[in-house]
Amino acid sequence: MSIKVSYRWTKVWYRNYISFLKFFYVNLVGNLGDPILYLLAMGFGLGAFLGQIEGVSYIQFLAPGIIVSSAMFAAVYECTFESFLKMIHLKTYDAIIVTPVNIEDVVAGDIVWGATKAMLSGIMMFVVIAAFGLVHSWWSLFIPLLIFLVGFHFASLAMLITAWAPNFDYFSYFLELVITPLFFFSGIFFPLSQSPGWLKALSGVFPLTHAVELSRALVMGTVPLRPVTNILFLIIPSSGLFYWSVWRMKKRMIK
Amino acid sequence: MVVEAKNLVKKYKEMVAVNGIEFKVREKECFGFIGPNGAGKTTTMKMIYCFVPRTSGELQVLGKDPSVHPELVKADLGVIPQDNNLDEDLNVFTNLTMYANYFDIPKTIARKRTRELLDFVQLTEKEKVKINELSSGMKRRLMIARGLINDPKLLILDEPTVGLDPQARHLIWDRLHELKNQNVSMIITTHYMDEATELCDRIAVMDKGKIMVVGKPKDLIREQIGEEVVEVRLLDTTVDKLKQDSSGFQVTLEETSQKCYLYCRDCRPLLNHLADKGYKHILRRPATLEDVFLKLTGRDLVD
Repeated sequence: MSIKVSYRWTKVWYRNYISFLKFFYVNLVGNLGDPILYLLAMGFGLGAFLGQIEGVSYIQFLAPGIIVSSAMFAAVYECTFESFLKMIHLKTYDAIIVTPVNIEDVVAGDIVWGATKAMLSGIMMFVVIAAFGLVHSWWSLFIPLLIFLVGFHFASLAMLITAWAPNFDYFSYFLELVITPLFFFSGIFFPLSQSPGWLKALSGVFPLTHAVELSRALVMGTVPLRPVTNILFLIIPSSGLFYWSVWRMKKRMIK
Repeated sequence: MVVEAKNLVKKYKEMVAVNGIEFKVREKECFGFIGPNGAGKTTTMKMIYCFVPRTSGELQVLGKDPSVHPELVKADLGVIPQDNNLDEDLNVFTNLTMYANYFDIPKTIARKRTRELLDFVQLTEKEKVKINELSSGMKRRLMIARGLINDPKLLILDEPTVGLDPQARHLIWDRLHELKNQNVSMIITTHYMDEATELCDRIAVMDKGKIMVVGKPKDLIREQIGEEVVEVRLLDTTVDKLKQDSSGFQVTLEETSQKCYLYCRDCRPLLNHLADKGYKHILRRPATLEDVFLKLTGRDLVD
């Protein structure tokens, strides 16, 4: 089975964008609610009991990671629940693929849209964090690009899960067994430098860990320890996951 | 030829959905597939509109092979599937303009065409309405408008009027007749024999993945059944007695548990004869496509 993504993926992206505008405010609250709660509860609440971490206050340590995680959750939500709904229940995919737009274009359009929403969500979070006075460098202008890559990675991963999912319940396993552990063990809440060796090694292969390292450096204006490794870990697994999910979805839809 | 199929086969794992069929759909023709559930009608349609790849055999749609050039084939098709799959996130008007965008139709043309089509299916006042506020008849009409957005060379309709009230059905039939007059080629599947007779120039009767017969509705009725039918309810008679009483006439007899059907060219003498013999529950009527359908595909439930 060959995979052929054409320029028509933009049409699917555009469809999602128009549909998103109709529910703009609902989307806004849904995307920002959780990360802001984490920031406030953990940053101010828990942070009050903690001293400095890696030379900064706890909320300062936490904020760059929360930008990245909000992007992750937005992309995952978009390409699991939303895509599944469009594929199985609303039959939106069925309607589109009888036009010159092929299934590959539909899946690619949904994934890039997931990344776009992740980027929007991350930018909104970034603005909130800037308002708290937690942004210290012009390098942070690269944050949108970084979170787009994070979004693309998780949108592709989520789409792959969706291609396998028999029903909505399946996504709970994915969220609880994959996404939540990533959220907790990718250096967002505590520095991995003081963690046990096995955890350090394990989290070193999570692309999310690398995104968090880069985000922290961009927000603080510090030099990242391993920028090339960080970037490679954000790009290589994503491209693999992207092709795998498009292929898998085509296999599911075209029988 | 609009569609040409030879030895067309579709297998899903173990199940053979379409088992080596051959048919041609001519230009400007309305071609119908009828048959019981699971006969392979929808699968055949899906192979034509590039939704399902064929397992083997030959298939040409608008002169192209759907498995090699799906985008080119689909660009000239209008597809109205069995289930309404309108975009529920968009209103009536945007449903059509967005669909036009999938066909690379420029925005101004798309808007013009959308207005014309909404007028054509009598939904102009509903253009700002959300999809879930439409009645099922309106949804079906909007599906037809959507299927016409790219000015297709071939329109494919899978059960166009299923579940609609008579008013809505007749409105859709009117629109389809108008399209026929504009020389749009069409392929239709339906469970309604009156619909098939009304709309189709030629019909293929399918059963168990095979095409049993192909022909004009009138010819099929004449060849398979005859001109007329006498129905006899088995209340005050038995099959044996009826056979004996009708033995002097040129008839074919088919029996079910409740009724006997006697097919003949002109049934009036037979009817009079049976009435003289004291039969009360008898009915003489013209033969229909439904008789053909039941004779060829059997009277037993399929699923």
